[in-house]
Amino acid sequence: MKEPGQIAEEFHEIVGAGNVLTEPADLIPYGFDGTAALRARPSVVVLPGSTAEVAACVRLAAENDIPVTTRGSGTGLSGGSVPPPGGLVLCLVRMNRVIEVDARNLTLRAECGAITAKVDEAAREHGLFYPPDPGSMKISTIGGNVAENSGGLRGLKYGVTRDYVMGMEVVLPDGKIARLGNGCVKDVAGYSMKDLFVGSEGSLGIITEVLLKVLPVPEARRTLLAAFPNLEDAAETVSAIIAAKIIPCTLEFLDQMTIRCVEDFAGIGLPTDCAALLLMETDGHPAAVADEAEKMAQIAGEHGAVEVTTAKDEEESLRLASARRSAFSALARVRPTTILEDVTVPRTHLAEMVSFIAELAEKHQLTVGTFGHMGDGNLHPTFLTDERDKEEMERVHLALDAIVEKTLELGGTITGEHGIGMAKKAWLRQQLGEASYDLMKLVKTALDPKGQLNPGKIFD
Amino acid sequence: MHCGMCLPTCPTYDATLRERHSPRGRISLMRAIAEDELPLDQAFADEMDYCLGCLACQSACPAGVDYAELFETSRAEIESAGIQKGVVRGFWRWLTLEQLFMKPRLLRFVGKGLRFYQVSGVESLLRWIGLVKLLPKNFRRLEPQAPRMSVRFSNELIEEVESPVGEKKHRVAMLTGCVQDLAYAEINRDTVDVLVANGCEVHTPPVQPCCGSIHAHNGEEEMARENARRLLDLLPPDSFDAIISNAGGCGSHLRHFAKLLPNDERAKEWDAKVRDVHEFLTEVKVRPPTEAPFEREVKVTYHDSCHLAHGQKVVLQPRAVIDLIPGLMRVDLAESDWCCGSAGVYSLTQPEQSGLLLERKAGHIRTSQAEILLTANPGCHLQIQNAMPELRILHPVSLLAKAYRNEC
Repeated sequence: MKEPGQIAEEFHEIVGAGNVLTEPADLIPYGFDGTAALRARPSVVVLPGSTAEVAACVRLAAENDIPVTTRGSGTGLSGGSVPPPGGLVLCLVRMNRVIEVDARNLTLRAECGAITAKVDEAAREHGLFYPPDPGSMKISTIGGNVAENSGGLRGLKYGVTRDYVMGMEVVLPDGKIARLGNGCVKDVAGYSMKDLFVGSEGSLGIITEVLLKVLPVPEARRTLLAAFPNLEDAAETVSAIIAAKIIPCTLEFLDQMTIRCVEDFAGIGLPTDCAALLLMETDGHPAAVADEAEKMAQIAGEHGAVEVTTAKDEEESLRLASARRSAFSALARVRPTTILEDVTVPRTHLAEMVSFIAELAEKHQLTVGTFGHMGDGNLHPTFLTDERDKEEMERVHLALDAIVEKTLELGGTITGEHGIGMAKKAWLRQQLGEASYDLMKLVKTALDPKGQLNPGKIFD
Repeated sequence: MHCGMCLPTCPTYDATLRERHSPRGRISLMRAIAEDELPLDQAFADEMDYCLGCLACQSACPAGVDYAELFETSRAEIESAGIQKGVVRGFWRWLTLEQLFMKPRLLRFVGKGLRFYQVSGVESLLRWIGLVKLLPKNFRRLEPQAPRMSVRFSNELIEEVESPVGEKKHRVAMLTGCVQDLAYAEINRDTVDVLVANGCEVHTPPVQPCCGSIHAHNGEEEMARENARRLLDLLPPDSFDAIISNAGGCGSHLRHFAKLLPNDERAKEWDAKVRDVHEFLTEVKVRPPTEAPFEREVKVTYHDSCHLAHGQKVVLQPRAVIDLIPGLMRVDLAESDWCCGSAGVYSLTQPEQSGLLLERKAGHIRTSQAEILLTANPGCHLQIQNAMPELRILHPVSLLAKAYRNEC
């Protein structure tokens, strides 16, 4: 077996010499993603410019038994694009075109490396929009979003990435190119193969092009901010809003630690003295929006909100949403290491889960900032710690284990939108159960028998 | 933290799509060097040379990473490790950092020489007979880029102390800068006029040391410290309500003397009192002029200097000042806070990348259809003027001063 470095020459022939990186100073920056404490140095990074080049690279890697880790902008939060030591990174950022917006069929076709925000911008030029809006959308790639099935702030009403993937072009582990799905709203021709690849974390194939569903931009929208004296009141407000048959597009929650960090960064005048904030947004027909906004404000007031304010214009709404998206990174202001959780529970158990996390932090004497998508039950308790402090890290791991136990006990999932990657492997079997876990593994073995694509992710 | 939020704001990542040319990538290299995984070598030196130091990443970073400090420390480490040798590089660094920008009188003397060269006809003559081609390559590139020297420098235009006619509300010190003084001394004159018109007693020492920004950026910390000490001696901060800078690049450095001189008590007070002129004017509620600077309405746009917008977070204040002036129609400039490629000596050390950024900037300026570009940093001013000789470029304060003058 040749070393990846040795076949760099052959990669040159496929993608051109400038697009093959082998020097240490070039490789080190491709050894990590957005996850804390996961690092490894690849031995070669290849940046292909087309699906054909990706396929040729995968074939070459397969012939030489080199594992391939696919990467976009490296913003993942479970180590999904972190290569094994000495592995090959296939970085797809050069393939970044939005190919076509089809306003009549409400579809958009883009190369895998197109930036999520640019995809949305392209749709907006036609009065349309792409609803999934993960926190990293300004730099994350659409291919990465599909491979991780990313969520975002609008999950409650609009769902997640999977709900917008109609088709894709994918390079299989043996280098064949397959087109899956199509532009039809209805399509029951055999298994829904595209769905197998959504959220497959680069372990089954390499997504090189996507066909997405886009929607008309809602006529109106209104953003409210409600401040609460405690976490439970905020969680109860969310349950009450949903019980009142309102489906807002956003119900985001931030605790005090998160509010302070975000305010420190964004300086947009968030109330830093309250225990919890709810960012609520409704969109749609102007009359419905006005009605829902009024009702949500009323419900918040009835459930202990000390203050409810309305964003005065579109610009302020955008500023609030954008500030919320910075929450995870902003929390890094407090301590050197931020360990971000992604547990999700059925909405009825939200208040219980939020209190549990607060008690747990107290018990293990840890600093936690919690924020998340309350509308869809997806919480991001974030441990603010220092990876160099071994003793504290042990307590962090005890707390993480306890959060997972509690989540599963409440019928939740260990990851709502970040993926298993390397970070969550240890708990997957426990959540799925034997039969389901084996079935998942069977799919992987069937498609990628030699374990060529993204080894060490999802499964051990 | 390596979330990658800085990537889309980094001009060198945008141009190359290579992680090592991004802030996150550069920081990972710094970390690898600190952890002995990578040698401190030419590759790293080249990478840090390729970085503009525009600090757009710092504005984008939710985690508050102080890239400016990492950047300057890295360049200082590179210099002290003596990686980048070479007689020519050594000569240029000696001439600029150790001589010209350490000796303000010498700098002005050279400036006068350059002015003579430019106005006496020698320049035209040499260019005409092609003698300029005999200059060394670096110098040849520099020659047409050299700023037109001011007819008179700041000390010939500004009295050491100037007082307002009415009530004296503030006592301020005025920093004249180096490039600003040589190339745009009239901007300094305009700044003093505006300050006096707003009730300031303005103290402008005729000979001022360089602020040391150019030294800190180029890895010469000791010289930067020396300049900071000289400024503190010349303008003791406890004697003034504010210390005014009108050049984005200087102001960004001037606010961090306490980091350079942690044991000097005056440095903290200095840092607290340094103000960009627009920032100061909005704080003291600048008096709106009653007259317009021009006889007809003029369309203007504003380009953010990186070190004013990202280094000092002064973004809204210059726009607020411009919007107070009657008879101007301010239009937005696309990517107004994207670096123009000037970036200190970057236009000389990395002409190719600098040229690409300049072209991009010029394109946006043309699209804006503004007749006047307003900007508040001599580096940007020179760079953009070189690409667009027909364009009228002014400092916002100059327009304000012109409007005040029209009141009389």
